[in-house]
Amino acid sequence: MSRISNQVLLQKLSDRFGDQITIPSEPFGLLTFETNKEIIHDVLTFLRDDSELKFNYLTDITGVHFPEKDLSIGVVYHVHSLTNNLRVRIKVFLEAQNPQIPTATTLWKGANWMERETYDFFGITFTGHPDLRRILNVDDMTVFPMRKEYPLEDPNRVDKKDYFFGR
Amino acid sequence: MSEVNIVEAPPGIEGSGFFATSLDKVIGMARANSLWPLPFATSCCGIEFMATMGSHYDFARFGAERLSFSPRQADLLMVMGTIAKKMEPVLKQIYLQMAEPRWVLSVGACACSGGIFDTYSVLQGIDEIIPVDVYVPGCPPRPEAILDGVLKIQELVKNESGRRRNSPEYKQLLAKYGIQ
Amino acid sequence: MSNHPIYIDNDPQKATTTLNLGPTHPATHGVFQNILEMDGERIVSGVSTIGYIHRAFEKIAEHRPFYQITPLTDRMNYCSSPINNMGWHMTVEKLLGIKMPKRVDYLRIIVMELSRISDHIICNTIIGQDTGATTPFLYLFQYREHIYEIYEEICGARLTTNIGRIGGFERDFNDIAFAKIRKFLKEFPVALAEFEKLLTRNRIFIDRTANVACVTPEDALSYSWSGVLLRATGVDYDVRVNEPYSSYEDFDFEIPVGTKGDIYDRFNVRNGEMWQSMRIIEQALSKLENEPKGVFHADVPEFYLPPKEQVYNNMEALIYHFKIVMGEIDTPKTEVYHCVEGGNGELGFYLINDGGRTPYRLHFRRPSFINYQMYAPMSRGMLLSDAIINMSSLNIIAGELDA
Repeated sequence: MSRISNQVLLQKLSDRFGDQITIPSEPFGLLTFETNKEIIHDVLTFLRDDSELKFNYLTDITGVHFPEKDLSIGVVYHVHSLTNNLRVRIKVFLEAQNPQIPTATTLWKGANWMERETYDFFGITFTGHPDLRRILNVDDMTVFPMRKEYPLEDPNRVDKKDYFFGR
Repeated sequence: MSEVNIVEAPPGIEGSGFFATSLDKVIGMARANSLWPLPFATSCCGIEFMATMGSHYDFARFGAERLSFSPRQADLLMVMGTIAKKMEPVLKQIYLQMAEPRWVLSVGACACSGGIFDTYSVLQGIDEIIPVDVYVPGCPPRPEAILDGVLKIQELVKNESGRRRNSPEYKQLLAKYGIQ
Repeated sequence: MSNHPIYIDNDPQKATTTLNLGPTHPATHGVFQNILEMDGERIVSGVSTIGYIHRAFEKIAEHRPFYQITPLTDRMNYCSSPINNMGWHMTVEKLLGIKMPKRVDYLRIIVMELSRISDHIICNTIIGQDTGATTPFLYLFQYREHIYEIYEEICGARLTTNIGRIGGFERDFNDIAFAKIRKFLKEFPVALAEFEKLLTRNRIFIDRTANVACVTPEDALSYSWSGVLLRATGVDYDVRVNEPYSSYEDFDFEIPVGTKGDIYDRFNVRNGEMWQSMRIIEQALSKLENEPKGVFHADVPEFYLPPKEQVYNNMEALIYHFKIVMGEIDTPKTEVYHCVEGGNGELGFYLINDGGRTPYRLHFRRPSFINYQMYAPMSRGMLLSDAIINMSSLNIIAGELDA
């Protein structure tokens, strides 16, 4: 089990960043907090380089879309300290129009494709990313398909009549 | 040692020292038992195809010992797995590169109809872009089903008239897909 | 990264050749496209293009109830689909707070370890195939068929298994299944030993794989590698040990690690894991002796789909069936990340639930996707033929890569 408790971790973060670490919670034992895009790079750098915390492993970067919120586009980082066997989840919420956030590729090379995928699905621009292109979808796609307003099914289908499905 | 089976000769007139039948039937027989498949395996069905090729099911028994990975020499295009819209032009190009006569076997629900992936990124059946001869259902089909599909293709090949590929119906079919 | 000398182009007149490898190249075992700049046989640089079977799993998952997402997970890493199925079930069980009986945990472990073996069989025999040894492929693939027969006995399907339910299994393992597992445990070690004999000390094989595509632990961690690939570099990170799920803490097994992270190390780590998996299955079988017979699901009628004959004959079962299928179940509004040790790395499920019928957001941390991004950078300076073996040794599954 983990060698550092969530409280210690949160205390260290609060000491360093003050009230910019907001809404801490622990769903299923995983420390989760929100921060903002101005300091996210510093938070990640601090977590990675702190001699005690050693969050040296970026598990995942992904996005989420809450259309009814003001800051509707979220970026979620899962970072893992292999030495301490501790995970942390960091969320940053951005505005829907032209969301921008600094890249994490300078800290972990593996962030490259994760950010490209997030860009592809949610249209989040990672500033400073070396090669921010679509990765999974076709290059000439104009929308960001994981946003909630975009339908699952291909809107151009002609063979699927709504009345067959009671719609 | 197991018994070696030789393909039965097509129906014809036989006498001492001669055997007469139509050219179509002889060519059909020869083609059917020497198909060169091009496996266009993209996902799960491709793994079942590996099982079909493996020692347990032994696809080679049906005269398809050599897989042709070049479309130029292939007779049979086996499309196995989901074809995403990004893949669509690739598949079409591969079909165009194949020489006549060519057959297409669509293996699995995704290739036949899009399967469970009714999404913006998946082609809803390869028959939207190329003509298909035999569909094999299943998600994924068992190796036996893939073999059965190939046998069905062999039936088609055996009974195809030598003039079919020049017929106006066939040209019309290709024109429907925008293939010259 | 590679031990091969990196070619430095001194002659400004000299042009490189562009080689398009894929997306349907027979040597790549899947739909991967790499556009390589070649100087003779050596790769100068490469660009990977992926997404050729992008099927929008995450978008579909937002439109399907929890129990309908299991078939999607099958089709991600189809070489070891039971691990994906169980990983998803355990994620939902974690969300709902269901505690599983030990017997179900052990049954799950048996299935998961069998699928780990079948995953590693595919990858390792393909490495053999790409170095020119077809025989091991034909030998071991037979045993993969035996694993499939066990799956068939348990759930009726071979490849896309859809095995189990949220809350347990849909039915108990029958005696034939146990007999087949025991038979497999007896026969497979012989075949695996023979397989190792054919390749592990084979001069040609060692020359083709040892010291090719070496990766340092620092690089591996920076690229977020996980699973066999990370362990081959010497980092002993295994989810089964670090965050035990499904009662892995009850088992005694070792984690094989490599030293150099080259193809030979990866191959050996996989072989080692197959031996360990068999150890785990044997332990699980003996532990099952002490567990009450006939327990194959947790007693959570509000989450576990009742058997069909009860739905037709029993009022309560009908109500629960209706509630589950129509999504009338109360689920906690929270988020959960659960990961399992998949066939090729840490397979994570990040689920945001808003209490509705479907997940609000479900993200899969797909190890193939994350492992594959190092491929183009590490190919630099490598011979083309080495790059091909390197790709098969990464064990990238196209369905998981492209989601």
